[in-house]
Amino acid sequence: MRIRLEKRPEPSNFMLVATPVASVLLTMIIGVVIFEAMGIDGVRAVKDIFLTPLLASYKWQDVAVKAAPLIIIGVGLSVGNRANVWNIGAEGQYIVGALAGAGVGLLTAGLSGWWVLPAIVSGGVLGGMAWAAIPAFLKNRYGVSEILSSLMLTYVALQLLSYLIGGPWKDPAGRNFPQTPLLTGDQLMPMFVPGTTVHMGVPIAVLVALAFWALMSRSVFGFQIRVVGSAPNAARHGGFSARKTVWLALLIGGAMAGLAGVFELTGATKQLNLGFPSGYGFTAIIVSFLGRLHPIGVLIAGIVLAVTYVGGQVAQTTVHIPNSTAGIFQAMMLFFILASDIFVRYRLRIVSGRPAAAEPEGARQ
Amino acid sequence: MTRLTRRNFVKAAAATSALPLLGSRAFAADPLKVGYIFLGPIGDFGWTWAHNKGREEVEKELGSAVETVYVENVNEDASAIPVIRDLAQQGCKLIFTTSYGYMDQTIQVASEFPDVKFEHCTGYKRADNVATYNSRFHEGRAVLGTIAGMMSKTGVIGYLGSYKVPEVVLGVNAFTLAAQAVNPDIQVKLVMIDSWFDPAKEAAATETLINLGCDIVTTHTDSPAALQILEQKGLYGFGQGADMSTFAPKAHLTAIEDIWGPYYVARAKAVIDGTWASQDTWWGFKEGTVKISPYNPAMPADVQAAADAIQKGWHDGTYNVFTGPIFDQDGNQKVADGATMPDSDLAVIDWYVKGVQSAS
Amino acid sequence: MSFDVTSTLMTIVGISTPILLAGLGELVVEKSGVLNLGVEGMMLIGAIGGFAGTVLTGNPWFGVLAASGGAALASLMFGFFVLNLNSNQVATGLALTIFGTGLSSLIGTAFVGRIVPIFGSPFPAELARHPFWQLFFGYSPIVYFAFIMVPLVAWFLKSTRWGLILRAVGENDLSAHSIGYSVIGVRFAAIAFGGAMAGIAGMYFTTVTSQMWNEKMTAGRGWIALALVVFAGWRSGRLLLGAYFFGLLIELELLAKGAGFSLLPSQFWAAMPYLMTVVVLAVISARETVGSNAPACLGKPFLPSA
Repeated sequence: MRIRLEKRPEPSNFMLVATPVASVLLTMIIGVVIFEAMGIDGVRAVKDIFLTPLLASYKWQDVAVKAAPLIIIGVGLSVGNRANVWNIGAEGQYIVGALAGAGVGLLTAGLSGWWVLPAIVSGGVLGGMAWAAIPAFLKNRYGVSEILSSLMLTYVALQLLSYLIGGPWKDPAGRNFPQTPLLTGDQLMPMFVPGTTVHMGVPIAVLVALAFWALMSRSVFGFQIRVVGSAPNAARHGGFSARKTVWLALLIGGAMAGLAGVFELTGATKQLNLGFPSGYGFTAIIVSFLGRLHPIGVLIAGIVLAVTYVGGQVAQTTVHIPNSTAGIFQAMMLFFILASDIFVRYRLRIVSGRPAAAEPEGARQ
Repeated sequence: MTRLTRRNFVKAAAATSALPLLGSRAFAADPLKVGYIFLGPIGDFGWTWAHNKGREEVEKELGSAVETVYVENVNEDASAIPVIRDLAQQGCKLIFTTSYGYMDQTIQVASEFPDVKFEHCTGYKRADNVATYNSRFHEGRAVLGTIAGMMSKTGVIGYLGSYKVPEVVLGVNAFTLAAQAVNPDIQVKLVMIDSWFDPAKEAAATETLINLGCDIVTTHTDSPAALQILEQKGLYGFGQGADMSTFAPKAHLTAIEDIWGPYYVARAKAVIDGTWASQDTWWGFKEGTVKISPYNPAMPADVQAAADAIQKGWHDGTYNVFTGPIFDQDGNQKVADGATMPDSDLAVIDWYVKGVQSAS
Repeated sequence: MSFDVTSTLMTIVGISTPILLAGLGELVVEKSGVLNLGVEGMMLIGAIGGFAGTVLTGNPWFGVLAASGGAALASLMFGFFVLNLNSNQVATGLALTIFGTGLSSLIGTAFVGRIVPIFGSPFPAELARHPFWQLFFGYSPIVYFAFIMVPLVAWFLKSTRWGLILRAVGENDLSAHSIGYSVIGVRFAAIAFGGAMAGIAGMYFTTVTSQMWNEKMTAGRGWIALALVVFAGWRSGRLLLGAYFFGLLIELELLAKGAGFSLLPSQFWAAMPYLMTVVVLAVISARETVGSNAPACLGKPFLPSA
């Protein structure tokens, strides 16, 4: 008797929703066990990490501000991932987007008007797109793997940031610390909820997710992306251009990463310094998969990851878990969700006797 | 491997569980709750380690009158805001944010909690409930410069730096001026590695400085990697932030220790007494925030005596390394004969003194 | 101005060895058609494993076992997800890096502040410390191991039957499967090898470059190793040259700074390995016919029934 995997004719919708939930629950259960083994109050720790940020209303704004960039970048990346275009350089596009925004910020310093903020935000979007255009061009022109080129460009972006903030764009009033001048007045993103840190980027992140949902499920473009991803041959026959898909997937990913970067700049940090790159672009890849590449899934996944970040820091002060465990948690959650993907596409069958089909076992000549 | 890992795991667990569960402790009288935001892990044997020692000092000195909490590995970006706010919401009435990159975040959270006192380390923005504090590390650099100037045989000394920020520029200049005072021909080669922490690059840069003829290398980055290279080569160096002699017993001449305890105790007391006020504090040898580690016995008696003299001079205010004439690298006189540089100039310094060989 | 050429060459060896080792491992993994982005995480597990093994047993060779074994175990976990469960390689690799970073810090808390003797030259001091002969005899066994592995990997891939199978699996997994080779088995072996090599590379940081443990002390070298594999066009000989070229770049920047001049901003030098990799990638991809040594199945899932 053995277990065999059988491909489902259609991906299971139940499993599509159930497996991410199960992954989070499983991570929580294993977390309790690990913490207890470490001599820490496991239930309290897991409650602080996963539930306190949701139950304590004063934590909501922190979760919202942290989730917004993850959601915006995550939905953008999901478009590419669906079309089998793997942009893993969102962190670089996020940085260059913020840099371009800061550049427009330098140009508009001291100016006022309703157009100032939109100009900065547009700069950010264009910056992110420009950085993503490089791997798109290289892919279409020379067949360069976008996985490798976009990753490499992230490290180039980090150095570009370091160069600009410590050199030409250094804040003259910054006492010679490497940082750009503070944005002021009309350059800043208004707050969504006055008196909190929840800036307009938060509701926009939700709108972005909804807009992508509509785009992906209702438009010809969304159909095209889905076909290219799931059945490349059919797409070719259908007359969809693979080149165009690569361009669109990367530019959309870059635009969203740039948008997130410039929101973070104008809504939260108000200036760029060496601490600005904080890994949102990489974490958003996880968010994208955790959300099953679906805009609404990404919205929820972004919130879940933000909760574990905020909760991880709560648990550090309440039960003194080491900070490093937060990473182990996120990795575990992702491992589970990726692993459970198999339940969506396959069903487990218990069969008796030897299977008829040749099993790929051992190197037979 | 499994067995080894498990043993480590148990050790780590033991270390962690030994920490008191601060958040859940109950007190009869309401103690002052003091919060700390840390940049690195408390076990980094450098910057954060020293701040944590200061926190422990507060617990030891003030006993049940205080309770302390801390958060490690807090990024210097917008995500620091909720962490700082969390400490305030948990009832901390005094919060120390211990790195430059928390400056605006501290100011922002402080505006939301007017009854909580905030203290930001190494920054320059203050508010009614935000004070700033820093330590005159460069005073210690002058002691190291004196030792290096006297002990270098080649007359070429290496300085391993992180970024060109005022703290590092001050350190380079104080070190060089002090070394020149005992050996006018001394040359200081400066290499910046664009990182506070990258052991492999720190090691490679140290080797490069040695290959270029340096026989002493001092470090302004956070890991003991440079010292371990010097140990292998039979040369000398200094610890940064803490006594690092366990990492390189032979090479470690001495170290500048960051001692935050006296300041943290004083500020906690001030909050308890109701005398706390926003101010900028820049303490040094005299107040006890800069300390020199025990000397390596390999240091000759006259070098030890000269180093002691500099320390004593800082203590009683008779010595200031930034006394003119001071020239910059291009030979322009920046400080008049006999004048001393005011703190306001020191805090923003961005030029190196003559004798420093640097790339920019 | 005095300038020690011999020692400078040795410094370059020190910079290049860990990226060479990790790159060789990743080369074999990628040749089998798998992209493992978890190199940085595996290096960190190797770094703490090698250090802990050395501290606990007092013998650096047990450290090597712990470093290679620990990182290989972690890589097998990655293998289980991407091979048995067909999870996405990019996302799983990133998760492995996050996991390795967290796990190494957690284990490492018990080892902060400890030191071990340097895992140094196995040759007598007269050679190992000789002003000239140290250039050949003054290195850690890990350095010699790396040098031996370069021709060994080249020979394995090119001239052995198993090497041929491994390349076939990476080139066209479906036909390799149809003629009866275990695609999954071959890839598991390649992934474990890549993990072990990354682990030993990580150990270099904690027992040779310096002899202590600190969180995240590989500081991004795993990503340079990934760039290196591409830069070398998936050939082990070029990988050796590439590793030393990257090492030379880093050393040249430090030398220029130490000598007091800068031709270009230091950030430009730091970005060079990545920029050049992108350029090389474009060049080799453009020359489809001769240069394309990239495994055709790289990063793609193996779906025999599809």
